[in-house]
Amino acid sequence: MTTATREAPASAGRPATARAVFTGIGVTAPNGLGTEAWWAATLAGRPGIRPVTRFDASGYPATLAGEVPGFEPKDHIPSRLLPQTDHMTRLALTAADEALADAGVDTAALPDFAGGVVTAASAGGFEFGQRELQALWSKGGQYVSAYQSFAWFYAVNTGQISIRNGLRGPSGVLVSEQAGGLDALAQARRQLRRGSALMVTGGVDGAICPWGWTALLSGGRISTATDPARAYLPFSADARGHVPGEGGAILILEDAGSARDRDARVYGELAAYAATFDPAPGHDGEPGLGRAAELALAEAGIAPAGVDVVFADAAGVPELDRQEADALRRLFGPRGVPVTAPKTMTGRLSAGGASLDVAAALLAVRDAVIPPTVHVAEPAAEYALDLVTDARPGPVRTALVLARGQGGFNAAAVITGDARPRTHH
Amino acid sequence: MAEMTIEQLTRLLRDCAGEEEGVDLEGDVLDVPFTDLGYDSLAVLQAAGCVERDYGITLPDETVAEATTPRLLLTYVNERLSTPAAN
Repeated sequence: MTTATREAPASAGRPATARAVFTGIGVTAPNGLGTEAWWAATLAGRPGIRPVTRFDASGYPATLAGEVPGFEPKDHIPSRLLPQTDHMTRLALTAADEALADAGVDTAALPDFAGGVVTAASAGGFEFGQRELQALWSKGGQYVSAYQSFAWFYAVNTGQISIRNGLRGPSGVLVSEQAGGLDALAQARRQLRRGSALMVTGGVDGAICPWGWTALLSGGRISTATDPARAYLPFSADARGHVPGEGGAILILEDAGSARDRDARVYGELAAYAATFDPAPGHDGEPGLGRAAELALAEAGIAPAGVDVVFADAAGVPELDRQEADALRRLFGPRGVPVTAPKTMTGRLSAGGASLDVAAALLAVRDAVIPPTVHVAEPAAEYALDLVTDARPGPVRTALVLARGQGGFNAAAVITGDARPRTHH
Repeated sequence: MAEMTIEQLTRLLRDCAGEEEGVDLEGDVLDVPFTDLGYDSLAVLQAAGCVERDYGITLPDETVAEATTPRLLLTYVNERLSTPAAN
């Protein structure tokens, strides 16, 4: 059996139709630093998977990664924050700056507790932590940074974004591996329903250092291929694992009423979300991804035929690809919906990946185009998928974003571009 | 060991804890509270750790907590440096 969570109706004090809309996007991705650079590369099918440069990976079984290009920390991060931040926190702060600027939000003008931060994380600042642990065992405690006390921590991006922008409202961190990039948005939506006006949310992650690499390798899903064009091939007959990457997206999620009051530009709505858990290992039952998708569509009041594109989890592991393809076929019919996985250009970004997919969904709505899946010439015939392998123009009103986190986490989010009233269940 | 100077302390602060925008560490900062220089208690703790490491002395945590200005921190550091037996 699977367990499922549904969103409860709004709590007291707010209308039951409280809507959460996206008003800002910030991106740091392996195929582009900054939203527009990344989106242009994504539509053009330009990947960012290359041999690892952040450390010497030549002695490891896997040697490819998606690294954010051209990121010079001192160009983005104030001096006081440099000694206390891991690389991935610097990326997160940079994405948050872009997202807030994009939303046109002056955080200083917000009421004191009206804005909060909820991000997703998988491991916190691994690279920072490795350096300090090495200092501890090789030189002694005097050589360990006082900032190790939080720089390694799961909640560090939330904390640093909160402090830097004076966002003192309800905040938190979600740790559910790759599903976190959607789970964080759902938690942010809960806070809006409880009365917050604005949430900085999403995920930016990364652990491209020996310690992080070893942890990733132990998960057993990392591709050991050395050809960047052949390493991460979800839904292909040649699927052999995934390439890890760093980066992700920070998004501004606002109460629709607050956004309207300040005349904000709205990219789209977080129309629905659901999460499920897989059966425990050794227990019978269906994997929970399809059920999460069904629950999310039910909450949105949208029939499968109303979905214009699915951003797939795209594990790149044959058994997991089959599970996802089965779920999509059951819900939409054979080749029943366009499916894409732009993460084939970035690698899987841990807690950042699904947030980046949501950013892609919002821009797909804006620009009326579905971004492509690269490197997969054709999906395996048995999956019966309509896999989008070249940017496909056409209106996108509703996108379904799927994410799975290792350990049994499943999440599904429905992103819509229109603001028509919907039936609530 | 020679006394630690304000120039050495500000250089060390910059290296260990960064420099707040809009603050001039080259100015007369001896009696300016660390908080006004952009350094919170953790930054001072971090800087004190760097002093301990670079100068081979020990600064008790409560001493560091009382050192609210560069002058006070320098005074504690230089007391320690002049009495090696205390370490």
